[in-house]
Amino acid sequence: MKRISTPLAGGALVVAVSVALTACGGGTSSQKGGSASGSFDKNATVGIGSVYEPQNLDNTGGGGQGVTEALNGNVYEGLFKLTDNGKVEKQLAQSYTVSPDGLTYTFKLRGGVKFHSGKALDSADVKYSIEKVTGPTSQSARKSSLTVVKSIDTPDASTVKVTLSSKSISFIYNLSYVWIINAQAKNLKTSEDGTGPYKLDKWTRGSALSLDRFAGYWGDPATNKEVVFHYYKDATALNNALLTNAVDVVTSEQSPDALAQFKSNPAYKVNSGSSTTKLLLAFNDKVKPFDNVKVRKAVTSAIDNKKLLESIWGGYGKLIGSMVPPTDPWYEDLTHVNPYDPALAKKELAEAGYPKGFDFTLDTPNYDPHPTAATFIKSQLAKVGINVKINVITPDQWYTKVYQNHDFSATLQEHVNDRDIVWYGNPDFYWGYNNKQVTQWVTQAEQSDTTDQQTALLKKVNQRIAEDAASDWLYLYPQIVVASSKLSGYPLNGLNSQFYAYDIKKS
Amino acid sequence: MTVYVLRRLAFLAASLLLASVVLFLLLRLLPGDPANALTSVGASPEQLAAARHQIGSDKPLPEQFLTWLHDLATFDLGNSFISTLPVGPEIATRIEVTGPLTLMAFVLALVIAVPVGFLAAHRANTWYGLILSGVSQLGIAVPVFWVGMILITVFSLHLGVLPAGGFPQDGWSDPAGALRSLALPVITVALVMSASLIRYVRSATLDVLGSDYLRTARALGSSFGGAIRRHGLRNGAVPVVAVLGIELASTLLGAVVVETVFALPGLGSMLSQAVAQHDYPTIQGVLFVTTLAVLVIGFLADLAQRLIDPRLRSTLTGGKP
Repeated sequence: MKRISTPLAGGALVVAVSVALTACGGGTSSQKGGSASGSFDKNATVGIGSVYEPQNLDNTGGGGQGVTEALNGNVYEGLFKLTDNGKVEKQLAQSYTVSPDGLTYTFKLRGGVKFHSGKALDSADVKYSIEKVTGPTSQSARKSSLTVVKSIDTPDASTVKVTLSSKSISFIYNLSYVWIINAQAKNLKTSEDGTGPYKLDKWTRGSALSLDRFAGYWGDPATNKEVVFHYYKDATALNNALLTNAVDVVTSEQSPDALAQFKSNPAYKVNSGSSTTKLLLAFNDKVKPFDNVKVRKAVTSAIDNKKLLESIWGGYGKLIGSMVPPTDPWYEDLTHVNPYDPALAKKELAEAGYPKGFDFTLDTPNYDPHPTAATFIKSQLAKVGINVKINVITPDQWYTKVYQNHDFSATLQEHVNDRDIVWYGNPDFYWGYNNKQVTQWVTQAEQSDTTDQQTALLKKVNQRIAEDAASDWLYLYPQIVVASSKLSGYPLNGLNSQFYAYDIKKS
Repeated sequence: MTVYVLRRLAFLAASLLLASVVLFLLLRLLPGDPANALTSVGASPEQLAAARHQIGSDKPLPEQFLTWLHDLATFDLGNSFISTLPVGPEIATRIEVTGPLTLMAFVLALVIAVPVGFLAAHRANTWYGLILSGVSQLGIAVPVFWVGMILITVFSLHLGVLPAGGFPQDGWSDPAGALRSLALPVITVALVMSASLIRYVRSATLDVLGSDYLRTARALGSSFGGAIRRHGLRNGAVPVVAVLGIELASTLLGAVVVETVFALPGLGSMLSQAVAQHDYPTIQGVLFVTTLAVLVIGFLADLAQRLIDPRLRSTLTGGKP
């Protein structure tokens, strides 16, 4: 399954320039799943069921989404961490300052931090870790967002000085994706050396990955002794595992049909969090007829997204009307901009010069939910005279035909990342949206002095792309975590596939 | 016999070489670029070119082929494009699941099929003979995943006596756990496999029961059981052994389905994932190993047939017995 997971360039941080912040403790403001239980088993083993198996254990070496889910925050930590509700907090950074020109960041490292191998954390490890992400062999999806890093100096063992080539307000946020790794560690594809609350016990390819509580952890120890990620390729097998207590929690339920059996059973809790995955009907804004704003608005207004979401996900998921999910700081509900209104759609079509509609081909990836959505769109558009030809393609074909060659009229695709609205500022991106004002706003947002400035600019971008119906944002996926009711403290939103397991309590 | 074995071995080697050529070419003719799998979505043409260079897919086909053959000769199955980890050791750990699964299912299928097939033939005209053949016909029509799902529903979800899937992380160092995990998959495969085996055993038995030599043996005073033991088993076994070879091989290949249903980390699930990811070295490695296994099984089945039936040794091979 190929989901669009784009490197991000936008960003926010909870800090004013030139202000040094001191550590605010290990407290987390995240909302947590499960009922608050008084007593829990400190020596519990928590079974986690997932469909995202790591390819290898190196997140700069093609480990994929699964390695983030299992190891990010659990085994490896960053200078900063992204909480489950989208906030950036200090982790291995004790404090930091930013120079008045916004180009030099000086970080003080937290003391007493040890790697699982026993070595103490120092500034050379941080330098090594950042360079590992930006290095020539790195396959990290985050690589391009850190190209602003010009140089890294280590004046002493607990200080790191990073110089940027241009201002980047997202820099701190982007650092939350950089794992701090022991610079001397070897074989990172099959073993690890991080600073997190768990150390890797065993990884059995195709089957499971287990993590044990790390006795030398600098912060609050994990509230369970061991977590085991069990991997399934088949959603039914995964649900069966939960039903037979082979796992205690499923990180991301992919099969809405299976939810009824858990909802009606008091032994389980079905949690609906907020995802960052958007299903897009992406127009090729450069070719006829979608180069015409009226046509795009007409198509958007002709499709009843609410009904589509209902038919695919039942009562779950959300309509957002643009590219920004609620966990991004610049979120606004823009569903009113292009409301579902077939009469309006017909009027706009007539104004655009297509009173009788037109024909177009919809390139549709061959896996769920795209074929279902395509059929729905076809029947909706038929009502306003637009005739859709559905062309089902494989993820590889999609990648080559649509993404690389821009050879399409319209396509369906899911975009998974948070803060990815910035792609509308790039006229060369596959959907070809080209608005100089938007490009300028996106660039300015990244150069902002404060997050307020950045937020204000990206809100403008959000509003403008909605008015231009740059794409039709069909809906935001739900993030459904199903867990045994014995469990509490698990993350609900799973932003960017991360799944912090150290606060999970099992009674 | 020695000549025959040598000839058969040479044939095996030639088949393997041919299979490797076909395997290699087929994979290269598939649409899609494996370099996509290595790069993130925003990759530039330069990054894609670098990825192709890294995995060697930018080299001419003959050169890629020779590299592969050379690696095979040195027992190196290469590194996965996706995980970049060596394929060989992973196949070895996956065989620890698929191997026992296949063998146990095979033995269980035999245990079910031989007596049932014999009874179905011996009592062909009674009501339960008819039911036995009917049930086996039905069994052939039923897909593996369906049997698996029924068994999971009954034994895991309702009765809760056996796990619904997965394999212990400690593998066979936890023998009880491993056996419990394999119980339902083994039964699933064995049920489906025995259905078709029953038919072969039944028709082989009918053949034997209607044969002149059996009638002669009975006429010479042998009891029914004695005649079957002395003459029937050996004659009936020849066609059945041939089918057994084919069945064992197809079970190995059918592991893809049962391993997905039961979430087992075996060769089958490894293969299906590798196919989805265009991971050529892994696909090649798994298919090569399974091809080798299938050819060896065929070879052993042939050999077994000849050991059972001396006539085959002289007539079919032309060599001296």
